[in-house]
Amino acid sequence: MEKVLLKNIENPNSADINEYKKIGGYRSLLKAFDYKPLDITDIVKKAGLRGRGGAGFPVAMKWSFAYADTKFPKYLLCNADEGEPGTFKDRPILEKNPHLLIEGMVIAGYAIGAQYGYIYLRGEYPGAYHILNKAIAQAYENNFLGDDILGKGIKFHLAVHRGAGAYICGEETALIESLEGDKGQPRMRPPFPVNVGVFAKPTVINNVETLSNIPLIIEIGDEEYSKIGSSDCPGPKLYCVSGHVEKPGVYELPMGTILRDIIYKHCGGIKAGKNLKAVLPGGITTPVLPADKIDCPMDFVSMPKHGSMLGSGAVIVMDETVCLVKVCHRALKFLEHESCGKCTPCREGTGWLRSILERIENGEGVEGDIELLLSVSGNMLGKTFCPLGDGAASVVQNFIKHFRNEFEEHIKDGKCKFKSLRV
Amino acid sequence: MLSKAAIKELNEIRQKYPDASAALLPALYIAQREFGYLGADAYEAVSDALGVPRAIARGVGTFYAMYKHKPMGRHIVQLCTNVSCMILGAEKLSDFLKNKYGLETGGTTPDKRFSLVIMECIGACGTAPAMLVDDDFYENLTEKYIEEILEKYK
Repeated sequence: MEKVLLKNIENPNSADINEYKKIGGYRSLLKAFDYKPLDITDIVKKAGLRGRGGAGFPVAMKWSFAYADTKFPKYLLCNADEGEPGTFKDRPILEKNPHLLIEGMVIAGYAIGAQYGYIYLRGEYPGAYHILNKAIAQAYENNFLGDDILGKGIKFHLAVHRGAGAYICGEETALIESLEGDKGQPRMRPPFPVNVGVFAKPTVINNVETLSNIPLIIEIGDEEYSKIGSSDCPGPKLYCVSGHVEKPGVYELPMGTILRDIIYKHCGGIKAGKNLKAVLPGGITTPVLPADKIDCPMDFVSMPKHGSMLGSGAVIVMDETVCLVKVCHRALKFLEHESCGKCTPCREGTGWLRSILERIENGEGVEGDIELLLSVSGNMLGKTFCPLGDGAASVVQNFIKHFRNEFEEHIKDGKCKFKSLRV
Repeated sequence: MLSKAAIKELNEIRQKYPDASAALLPALYIAQREFGYLGADAYEAVSDALGVPRAIARGVGTFYAMYKHKPMGRHIVQLCTNVSCMILGAEKLSDFLKNKYGLETGGTTPDKRFSLVIMECIGACGTAPAMLVDDDFYENLTEKYIEEILEKYK
């Protein structure tokens, strides 16, 4: 498949607007202005684009709700807070192809009637912050942003807002709170952001990769676009693969590529000839899959049928030397640290889960600890304000579901047998 | 007090938002740069500059991991130890920083050259283990490579 999202990134000057224009950049924007805003949403709808941030929500639906609202001004936010551990798929777009994102945002802004946009960028990407600011300045100079874009009477302003290190801000209502200058704690819904979002105005929040698909959809049309990837989840998808594979990295492949093929065909298989043990297919909070359950198409519809989720497409590959109790503990240590503290099951539960996992990993687990983990996580699942708490509970339950024997061994032996294998 | 240059920078950033309180996160970054860390003086300066209550400024500042609340070394070593980095040896690198440079998690060397912050995923998982030193990414780390990198920071 010809690369679209990662097109031209080998060019060391790919982030420059002139290089982007040389490969046809901003032509989709010109084309888009010939359509009426609602026509663009219709094309995106027929193209079947789903949000790439993790939830897979149909993009056109969000857009049409925001368009229909009568409050002004409206806002378009780009979620560039990719914080799910294992995820680094948006980074090449942000650092090497920023104009693709900007072009996508101007088109999306036009479609929903938004005149202001912000890119909410995670604090841990200082390089991307400077690159995006430079790219935005260039877009203003070229009249792709401003009060009267390309003399068409269309107004769209764009700025970067730098986060400051909080995983929860990837959740869209927490992101809004953070953009408004508050703690990143999720809001009650309804009202939904499409009606009452940032600064209490209609707001659409789309992921970097989602918005970067828009110029392609406009360029080739919905019919051609929907031929790429799975029939119910079309388009190209960025899969970022890390861990024990020969060739880790970001791969642009058709949505629905089989997980086994990603690992063995594209990434060259397991590092140093070792055996595969487990995969976290969409970041650390997606359900873990054992080595024999990886023949699944990596898209939003198929993965739940195979016991996991596509998440952010962050594939973490673990070989036979990895202790999964330790991985589970590390995930919970992270989630405890990142819990925003707003609701009790998550605030308290993540800490308890981490502490029980810690004693098991340290060889101090006691009989009944596995049941205790299941009980605590069971009391969190479906009872928390946002998906962070659910994610924490589901991590624990799925590691135990597939690798209970490993937890039992730790408790029975009073030690971690993988400790000596650690690199 | 923020410097004149910082006030000017903040006023420019302020223009990007429909209300002043939205500029709080960038203002805290500026104050951190000016004061070295966010202490009572820094919070007062931000609060006065934006007209945001001191309690809000402090509440927000302490929520986010990248704001520092004690004096830091001249360079901040930010080592990721999340899952992708951990399974490729980040914990040994953390031990190495401790043994070779005396850097404890959250600590600073006596000569104030380095502080160590353990990070929660810096988005360099495909080139793990990885760290940021100040604003620069360093990837595919080994003990030897860390030694070479840190030589550059005085």
